[in-house]
Amino acid sequence: MNKRYLFAFLVVFVLFLAAGLGSAVGLQWLFGVVIPYAAVIVFVAGFARKVLNWAASPVPFAIPTTGGQGRSFDWIPQAKIDNPSGGWGVLLRLLFEVLTFRSLFRNTRMRLKEEKIAYQLEIFLWVGALAFHYAFLTVLLRHTRFFLEPTPGCIQLLETLDSFFRVEILYPGIQFGLPAVYLSGFVLLLAVVYLTLRRILIPAVRYVSLVSDYFPLLLIFGIALSGILMRYVTKVDIRAVKELTLGLVTFRPTVPEGIGAVFYIHLFLVSVLIAYFPYSKLMHLGGIFLSPTRNLRGDTRAYRHVNPWNYPVPVHTYEEYEEEFREKMIEAGLPVEKELAEAAQEKE
Amino acid sequence: MAEAKPTPQDVLHRIQHSPPRSDWMETPVEIRKGMYCYAANPKSVATLGLPHPHAWNPVEDDWHLPENWQQIIHEGFKERLERFRSFKVFMDICVRCGACADKCHYFIGTGDPKNMPVLRAELLRSVYRNDFSRMGRILGKLNGARPMNFDVLREWWYYLFQCSECRRCSLFCPYGIDTAEITIMGRELLNLLGLNIDWIATPVANCYMNGNHLGIQPHAFKDMIDFFVDDIEEKTGVRVKPRFMEKGADILFITPSGDVFADPGTYTAMGYLMLFHYLEEKYGLKVTWSTYASEGGNFGFFTSHETMKRLNAKMYAEAKRLKVKWILGGECGHMWRVIHQYMDTMNGPADFLEVPVNPITGTRFEQARSTKMVHLVEFTADLLHHGKLEIDKRRNDYLNVTFHDSCNPSRGMGFFEEPRYVIRNVCNHFYEMPANTIREQTFCCGSGAGLNAGENMELRLAGGLPRANAVQHVHRKYGVNMLACICAIDRAALPALMDYWVPGVQVTGVHELVANALNLPGQNERTTNLRGEEFEELMAQAEGHTDEG
Repeated sequence: MNKRYLFAFLVVFVLFLAAGLGSAVGLQWLFGVVIPYAAVIVFVAGFARKVLNWAASPVPFAIPTTGGQGRSFDWIPQAKIDNPSGGWGVLLRLLFEVLTFRSLFRNTRMRLKEEKIAYQLEIFLWVGALAFHYAFLTVLLRHTRFFLEPTPGCIQLLETLDSFFRVEILYPGIQFGLPAVYLSGFVLLLAVVYLTLRRILIPAVRYVSLVSDYFPLLLIFGIALSGILMRYVTKVDIRAVKELTLGLVTFRPTVPEGIGAVFYIHLFLVSVLIAYFPYSKLMHLGGIFLSPTRNLRGDTRAYRHVNPWNYPVPVHTYEEYEEEFREKMIEAGLPVEKELAEAAQEKE
Repeated sequence: MAEAKPTPQDVLHRIQHSPPRSDWMETPVEIRKGMYCYAANPKSVATLGLPHPHAWNPVEDDWHLPENWQQIIHEGFKERLERFRSFKVFMDICVRCGACADKCHYFIGTGDPKNMPVLRAELLRSVYRNDFSRMGRILGKLNGARPMNFDVLREWWYYLFQCSECRRCSLFCPYGIDTAEITIMGRELLNLLGLNIDWIATPVANCYMNGNHLGIQPHAFKDMIDFFVDDIEEKTGVRVKPRFMEKGADILFITPSGDVFADPGTYTAMGYLMLFHYLEEKYGLKVTWSTYASEGGNFGFFTSHETMKRLNAKMYAEAKRLKVKWILGGECGHMWRVIHQYMDTMNGPADFLEVPVNPITGTRFEQARSTKMVHLVEFTADLLHHGKLEIDKRRNDYLNVTFHDSCNPSRGMGFFEEPRYVIRNVCNHFYEMPANTIREQTFCCGSGAGLNAGENMELRLAGGLPRANAVQHVHRKYGVNMLACICAIDRAALPALMDYWVPGVQVTGVHELVANALNLPGQNERTTNLRGEEFEELMAQAEGHTDEG
């Protein structure tokens, strides 16, 4: 047992209970209005502060990690994405990194077997991460319907695509699939489970994992689970929810009657997540764009990068060097700036 | 020396990659013989006026630190966060996904979990969280935060000098977190307390005062080159005439001093001399050496950014004094990272030099337009491409060559095709090692970033295991008997590695191969290679090997 994931689990569980109980004892305003507003404020302020804080530190040297053939002669093809030489190249590299997790795709797994080291393609982390992030994005975009009236066409299209696979079980007693099943929610849940189990079960990853690695995973698990419960099991009153959410974005907050506890749990966990975001590793969302090994051009001998704090340093000059070795240099037949006599004269 | 070395098999079977039961923060560091380098000689530290020169011993309990050392570290940390966005971002955004864990050659070779790049960085991050983040401090150890104390400092020192700044992990990191950058900052902080290793501090002092890491004085440097001149004459019948600090020469040539000092680098140095002689005889190109700027490498890079700049300044200063057109650099790894990514920024702009043009081929080196320094291998590749060198590849026919990409030209430049093009044009038998061990995924020799001392041989052999293992693969499969590289530290470090892990494989610089194949005007029969080995015997041996195979 590891106290780090237990602690994280405990925290999420307490949050879960707090929202459930809170909404049951009439604290709907707190969990439905006050906390979400506060969370958004903390998120925006914290995110901006963090990014500005990063940006306040200069990039003194161009230190891209070059991942392929650099710019060379015309007859040597350049790896234009992995070792970009212009602004467009850098943009492309960043886009591939952000949209496809290109570096993670390279991942291999080392195995030492019978005195031989082998490196196998290890694709699961990449697949898991990609599934997680894209499912999350889809879920997030789908949720904009709660804040926009009428729901924009593109969101409706996304919903149609997301519910492409119709899964319906319609028996007396078991009814599932109505409303339409959104794939993204379940993919998100599965991906979170995979990423969490991976963290717990792979010894090396467990060894380096902190509370702050488990906490967001478990929190998102709670969010996805409560969302799914609301939609398919407790069948929350969707019109009441939209009334609340529209009230929030139009700054006319109301708390309609008859929204179940699960909704408040869901909303509270989301609030915690976004408030926690700027103070955590989740800021890799912003950091990747500022990572100097990825966002700089690779042909650093062709363009001069300027260091704003470059300062003069003491050096051992040629004159000092010759002064020390002049005699020996002359004896060895090496050219000198000043002959012995000249140097002696100057000294006098 | 008296102690029996464990056999490679023993070592391989002993490596354990699963982490211990105790939490990493609860596992105290044990500074073990064979894994660490000796402490810096205070005289060397004082030569450059670096902070707190003092005598100390890593295995003793008192490192004779200044009274306020924790404050020095804290303020130094803060200053570097403010100066380097890289450092700040890398302290914040790691998600500990573990993709980097098994990418480090030191982790693969030792199994020590603190050699996983993520944990190496966490050694610093844990202090960062405590000192610079409220959230970290509140949760404390549970969330990986801990205050700086002597145990943490010892851990920093031990593991920051078990990182060769090769950047293999940064290639696989989804956010490009670069452990080299973190190690560089960590070592800068240790240097604030005078805690460098001697294998770095003394070469730095030598380089500063005498022009090269080895401390070779000008007349001795010339003597050594003259010795090569004799050697070349003996083997080829041609007396080459190197130029020294000649004003108005076309090109200033700078290479790591290791090449003039120890085998097999010396043969590479002879290769340079022969190539320059050929170019002068045939095309009138004048290349000059300098004893003042007689070091391409830069161990200052392993000390601090400032020290790197102080040593590097000589290159431009000497080029300016000698009024050459541009600078040519020899085969070296970290030297080229410094030139490619730092020099122009630190000591430029080099507006007193011309945009490099190869006067023989007319090629304009657009890739070096601003820095005005060209890699000898790209220079030779250009010559070969235009058919400007008379080559007899048969003199390399006894060799089955593979190429070891050095870390810095790989992940700091993307210098892959140039050396391969040269090798293929001077050798008939070239074989690649497995794809996951070459090019941008190449493994370090295990001795980079100033760790090629004698006293840490166990670490070096462990760190070199992944490279050696890949060489062994092509040695068995294709009969590879020559490991080519373009790095002076490789040439110094790989022979020991090969002797231990893959006996029967020798190490060479690319320009030794070039020189062996190069037909010099007026040469003799060329019955031996530059190492003085008879071609007849070598060819017979090689054929014997093929017959057996």
